[in-house]
Amino acid sequence: MRRDLIFILMSVEIMLNGAGVAFVAAGSRWGQPDGQIMFLFILAMAASEVAVGLALVLRLYHQHHNLDADTINDMRG
Amino acid sequence: MEVAFYAAGTVAVISTVLTITRLNAVHALLYLVVSLLAVAVAFYTMGAPLVAGLEVIIYAGAIMVLFVFVVMMLNLGRRAVESERRLMEGTIWVGPSVLSALLIVEVVFLIARARLSGLALASGSGVLAPKQVGIALYGPYLIGVELASMLLLGALVGASHLGRPASEKAEVRYDRNSDGSRARSGGNIVRAGFGRSPDAP
Repeated sequence: MRRDLIFILMSVEIMLNGAGVAFVAAGSRWGQPDGQIMFLFILAMAASEVAVGLALVLRLYHQHHNLDADTINDMRG
Repeated sequence: MEVAFYAAGTVAVISTVLTITRLNAVHALLYLVVSLLAVAVAFYTMGAPLVAGLEVIIYAGAIMVLFVFVVMMLNLGRRAVESERRLMEGTIWVGPSVLSALLIVEVVFLIARARLSGLALASGSGVLAPKQVGIALYGPYLIGVELASMLLLGALVGASHLGRPASEKAEVRYDRNSDGSRARSGGNIVRAGFGRSPDAP
């Protein structure tokens, strides 16, 4: 299984995009604009998630010099 | 429209599968950009032109630029120069170029067909115009817009707090020193009043 944090974030983007495609397709099937509005909300959520996630990735890389998600196990929280 | 939709969907599926199977992050990012552009063309053929434009501008433009910046920042040094050389001389860019060429042929076909049939570019039956989306967005979904703005503000503050430079330890030490000096001077003040005669008012 892949543990690279950059790939994890990219895969999250792919999954959010898939959910957005489902919303837009359903909205255009019934001719309602609600699906597109849900896609706009997904877009805002994905943008904020990527901003915070990439800032966390930068902090972790400066502390551990590694991008493996398993190396964060030594955080005692 | 159906042929264009299925072509864009095929390009999107192929480039997404190639995204999650690449080992190098830059190659995966190239395929991810192509995948998002293909999804944008699919949105356009589905009759959602506003969302297609936002997909290109925000997803493929802004979010992918963030990813590219972070990958570049994490990849400094001699190793980066070698990987850049391999990127330039290899045949890595052939796959994304072929898939994007398919997409641009499709977009040119759509524009030419709309021009020939005399219609506006995104009109016809089943197309949800941006006007309808805007009216619904600022009508019943106004609370959602407010929540999205608060979420974006929180993400902005959080990202700038997490991404601050790591030199704040010096500030913390300076704060501790100033606190100590203030405590010492407070002690002096107490000692100055301590020796007064007890019958003074």
